[in-house]
Amino acid sequence: MAKYLLLKHYRGAPAAVNNVPMDRWSEGEISAHVQYMRDFAARLESTGEFVDAQALAPEGTFVRYDGEGRPPVTDGPFAETKDLIAGWMVIDVDSHERALELAAELSAAPGAGGEPIHEWLEVRPFLTEPPTVTE
Amino acid sequence: MTAGPVDEQGLRALIPSVIAVLVRRGADFAAAEDAVQEALVEAVRSWETDPPRDPKGWLVTVSWRKFLDAARSDASRRRREEVVEEQPPPPPGSSTDDTLQLYFLCAHPSLTPASAVALTLRAVGGLTTRQIAEAYLVPEATMAQRISRAKKTVSSVRLDQPGDVATVLRVLYLVFNEGYSGDVDLAAEAIRLTRQLATAIDHEEVSGLLALMLLHHARRAARTRADGSLVPLAQQDRGLWDTGLIAEGIEVLQAALARDRLGEFQAQAAIAALHADALTAEGTDWVQIVEWYDELVRLTDNPVVRLNRAVAVGEADGPRAGLAALAPLDPGLPRHAAVSAYLHERDGDLTTAAKLYVEAASKATNAAERDHLTRQAARLNGRLRG
Repeated sequence: MAKYLLLKHYRGAPAAVNNVPMDRWSEGEISAHVQYMRDFAARLESTGEFVDAQALAPEGTFVRYDGEGRPPVTDGPFAETKDLIAGWMVIDVDSHERALELAAELSAAPGAGGEPIHEWLEVRPFLTEPPTVTE
Repeated sequence: MTAGPVDEQGLRALIPSVIAVLVRRGADFAAAEDAVQEALVEAVRSWETDPPRDPKGWLVTVSWRKFLDAARSDASRRRREEVVEEQPPPPPGSSTDDTLQLYFLCAHPSLTPASAVALTLRAVGGLTTRQIAEAYLVPEATMAQRISRAKKTVSSVRLDQPGDVATVLRVLYLVFNEGYSGDVDLAAEAIRLTRQLATAIDHEEVSGLLALMLLHHARRAARTRADGSLVPLAQQDRGLWDTGLIAEGIEVLQAALARDRLGEFQAQAAIAALHADALTAEGTDWVQIVEWYDELVRLTDNPVVRLNRAVAVGEADGPRAGLAALAPLDPGLPRHAAVSAYLHERDGDLTTAAKLYVEAASKATNAAERDHLTRQAARLNGRLRG
């Protein structure tokens, strides 16, 4: 088994096929989209492949250390940041192929007109523990 | 048994045969397994103050009661009770056969590797779903579903069908080799399950795998520093190796090899034994190790084995010979860049080696290896700067 992160970008990924911003969808289309995500996660749990799903607020703050006894320095949010993460799902699957298959399924979530969004999701493998047998 | 802390390993060793008794009495495997898990919880609770004289008899009685309770409260109660009553009295079977059948069932080829691992740890190993979930870093609900689906998958498999030992060994090897470092010591659990299997079946590759596990486990304390960083074999403090485990591993291996039916795990164990046998890294018998890799290539024709063989050739006949052995192999193989970096460094080409270590680090599949390779690149870059 291997864990993969399915990463959803607000910005920074190639354009989706059905590329209509969510605020132009009908309310029913938004509900259908949300329901699709919920069903997807529930189905993954039932197949024993679900680990985690989280969504992120779009605005973040950059922070850095500024020396002993000084408060942290903050900056941002940067409206122009090229890459923006919307959220993720973590899955635990038998193969890389299975990870791609599930990501493709997630990418088919319905959007405007009830049609699949075909959005680009980024699939990243987790680093694991080192194996015991090495030579 | 005497009063006191419950011998959990001893208790868990009884599980396969208790499940088998329930199945022979007419319980289906999934329900039997659930009932035995419930009985285990009760055993851990009550045996400390009130240990039974006959632990297995106690477990059978309590598990059977749990099974009947569950069957009665089930919606299909009437039908199930009839099934139970109609079952002919079970044929007598030895508990070692029972144990073996359960290993086969839990490693059944219809299961995915991850499902087989989870089911084996629960039904044969007696770990709770929560422990298995924690060991593999997934939510308990996910692991519960994985186990429950696995049980459904094997529900039509009869417990008395002969199985393939090789599938069981692959599952146990996975538990040993790809465990996480959580609260449950999966390597130790894999060894326990392989030992138990070795008492249930006389098979040279079971011994080969057991020897392999013991010989690698013996080096565990030397393999990582306190901060979790990896120590390469050549730099390990051999004083930290567990000589008792090494002696046992070698004994198990020699008995297996004496039967003259060589297999993959015996050959791997032989390589581990040659490493374990060397008092110093320099004293390693690399020529013999190369010969064992040749055997392994013959047995498996696995490209990863050829890659490891190139390292051994590099030690036995010098880095040029190692690079020549590496040349025909696919650069896309896992750890190819790391092996190439090492051989180039030994050959004195530090610039190429440093670049290859960087490449190897970017391709590493675990953080400890990545950090180790990054450190190698930094070390060489430091030397190149003078």
